[in-house]
Amino acid sequence: MPVDPLQYTPKITLEFKIGEKDFYMAGESASRTKRTLQQLGLNQEVIKRVAIIIYEAAMNVTIHATKGVLKILIDPNEIDVITEDEGPGIPDIDLAMQEGYSTAPYEVREMGFGAGMGLPNIKQNSDELHIETKVGVGTTVKAKVYLKEGGFTSA
Amino acid sequence: MKLLDVKNILNAKVLFGEHLLNTEVKRVFASDLISEMLINVTPGTLLITSLTNAHVIHTAQVMDASGVVFVGGKTPDQEVIKNGSMSNIPLFSTEYLIFDCCGLLFQSGLKGNKKDKH
Ligand SMILES: Nc1ncnc2c1ncn2[C@@H]1O[C@H](COP(=O)(O)OP(=O)(O)OP(=O)(O)O)[C@@H](O)[C@H]1O
Ligand SMILES: [Mg+2]
Repeated sequence: MPVDPLQYTPKITLEFKIGEKDFYMAGESASRTKRTLQQLGLNQEVIKRVAIIIYEAAMNVTIHATKGVLKILIDPNEIDVITEDEGPGIPDIDLAMQEGYSTAPYEVREMGFGAGMGLPNIKQNSDELHIETKVGVGTTVKAKVYLKEGGFTSA
Repeated sequence: MKLLDVKNILNAKVLFGEHLLNTEVKRVFASDLISEMLINVTPGTLLITSLTNAHVIHTAQVMDASGVVFVGGKTPDQEVIKNGSMSNIPLFSTEYLIFDCCGLLFQSGLKGNKKDKH
């Protein structure tokens, strides 16, 4: 058996429940995950990308869906950020992926959201992005960040 | 430039972080959109905004901003200020509006953040 060169237990899962109108959950989970990743010694760039993905994906659940769960799977080779929600689903993913497209209501625009930049931002910061959605049922977003060379050396 | 200089230039009130005024400000980014902040705030960036909710603090914390300036005399709720203090993010309030804030800081030598696409 090859010895795992990394000095932490592989496969850590963080899980956060996102309730309806739970507006601050996204920021709190991004900020808590950032701390965990810092403790694990990941480099700043990776932490920043993961935090952005978490913030945007969880915020989308809060704003556009009814409720859901956010999972962060940390593995020696990659980090997965997954949101699964119950909600309206996304009728046209290509349209939703366009910068500037947003159906966010006024109350969340007032809070600083609804620029239509969340999904493009997630795409920009992930190495793989998979979105599964069913209109009237819900949406699952899976974003992967690879931890290749240097993912673990503090920058 | 240090936060202390920013405070003086903007004639700002320190809501939190009197002890952190020696912190270096590298760049400035002004926006009222969280997604834009997540893209453009790099470590050491001073964030200027007219939003006063907890998202600004979370974003500043996650992106390692050097501080947040609330414009137009706006002050966040006590709860939000507490949030900032727990995250150790210096918070300021100035009477100037965004344009004047940016103009004054630019004039003093600070530059904006380039769109830093990863
Ligand atoms: N989980 C989701 N459930 C249902 N619809 C979604 C979901 N996520 C995104 N959408 C749809 O895709 C659109 C674009 O999403 P995106 O995150 O890019 O922008 P936004 O959330 O509207 O604004 P921003 O993210 O800039 O605050 C949303 O306005 C919404 O119509
Ligand atoms: Mg969004």
